Amino acid sequence: MAAALHAAAEHTLPQFMRVRARRQELADTWTLEIDPGGPFEFLPGQFNMLYAFGIGEVPISISGDPARPERLVHTVRAVGRTTQALAALGRGARLGVRGPYGAGWPLDAAPGADVVVLAGGIGLAPLRPALYRLLAERARFGRVSLLYGSRSPQQLLYASELRRWRSRFDIEVEVTVDTAGPEWRGNLGVVTKLLRRSSFDPANSMVLVCGPEVMMRHVATDLAGIGVPPARVFISMERNMKCAVGFCGHCQYGSAFVCRDGPVVPLERLERLLGVREL
Amino acid sequence: MKTIEDLVTEHAAFRDLDAAQRALVAGCGRNRSFRDGEVLMREGEDANEFFAIRKGRVRLSVHLPERGETVIETLQEGEIVGLSWLFPPYKVRFDARAIGTVHTISFDGKCLRGKCDADPRLGYTLMKSFAGIMTSRLQSTRLRMLDVFGAPGGAAAD
Repeated sequence: MAAALHAAAEHTLPQFMRVRARRQELADTWTLEIDPGGPFEFLPGQFNMLYAFGIGEVPISISGDPARPERLVHTVRAVGRTTQALAALGRGARLGVRGPYGAGWPLDAAPGADVVVLAGGIGLAPLRPALYRLLAERARFGRVSLLYGSRSPQQLLYASELRRWRSRFDIEVEVTVDTAGPEWRGNLGVVTKLLRRSSFDPANSMVLVCGPEVMMRHVATDLAGIGVPPARVFISMERNMKCAVGFCGHCQYGSAFVCRDGPVVPLERLERLLGVREL
Repeated sequence: MKTIEDLVTEHAAFRDLDAAQRALVAGCGRNRSFRDGEVLMREGEDANEFFAIRKGRVRLSVHLPERGETVIETLQEGEIVGLSWLFPPYKVRFDARAIGTVHTISFDGKCLRGKCDADPRLGYTLMKSFAGIMTSRLQSTRLRMLDVFGAPGGAAAD
């Protein structure tokens, strides 16, 4: 019992780290590069609990390159007291970090298959590590597509990186926005529409999805419509994670604890629950 | 060189039609291309024509006196520009303008309406295809109305 408690305490104690750099991405979104004080290994799709001292702790996905464990990178959208405090941390400021937690994107699940990365809004942040790995190990996959939807051209996350990826010949990048002026020459419409235009093979593909839950529900329906098996679709769930180790139950979703069993889960496991309004 | 019938056969909007029906539809079509910024149709005009986009991108917009041209949606390869030719009062509701060079099959809506009236099986099949397009656009519009990328939610709203 004492050993179990000790192990639990170890998993829930934050490490103190310092912000190495801070960059504004959007009006309300900042990327923090944190000095982990040593290699910080993680799987694409995993998250950390970030603690703003005296204010609170929130789960934030890791958005950096898994091949560069000396740089711990988080993109934070300032929408509440804790995330506002985290986003305001300047160079040298201290914060608490515990993790990495949860299941990541199963990039080894479908060798040779086409991979579709479908992101909405800030949902691109948890998918960026997967994109880094997909591009670093490009030969292991079939076609790779990034389909990204955002509110407006001004709200496109990682805009310079999107441009860089677009200029490559080994990844298809399609971007759409919900609203734009006549000067915008790209797509204007919902992100699900990009699925029908993309050139992947539905029967031999793996789809990684992250965005608002209503978007993911519609994506799930559209993917079924074009013949992608639910077992090959993986979604990243967002819930009210507190302990992050499956003890407290705050993030329970049906029989799953999102912090421990997710945040990345196969759609077939949660598909039925996505339509349950009480959850 | 491809015939209009070949182009109709290749286009996603007509994939549910059989060969004879595609031939009938192709009889009302012709090749048309548009330069960047050129108008395909303008709000208020008679809706006697619609376009199946073969290549390029088209923006649908409406002109608001206080905001100028306001873009509603973009359409591209495999999509249809113009649905008002199907229903009275057959008036165009939005402006459609080419983004870059756009290649289309342009259809005479009146001609096609006549063929559908004369051949209800063709009319039903075509109407089913267009109902699918309209449903999809309605669902997309509803989803965009939710402004899902604007609202914070879940754990992010700490």
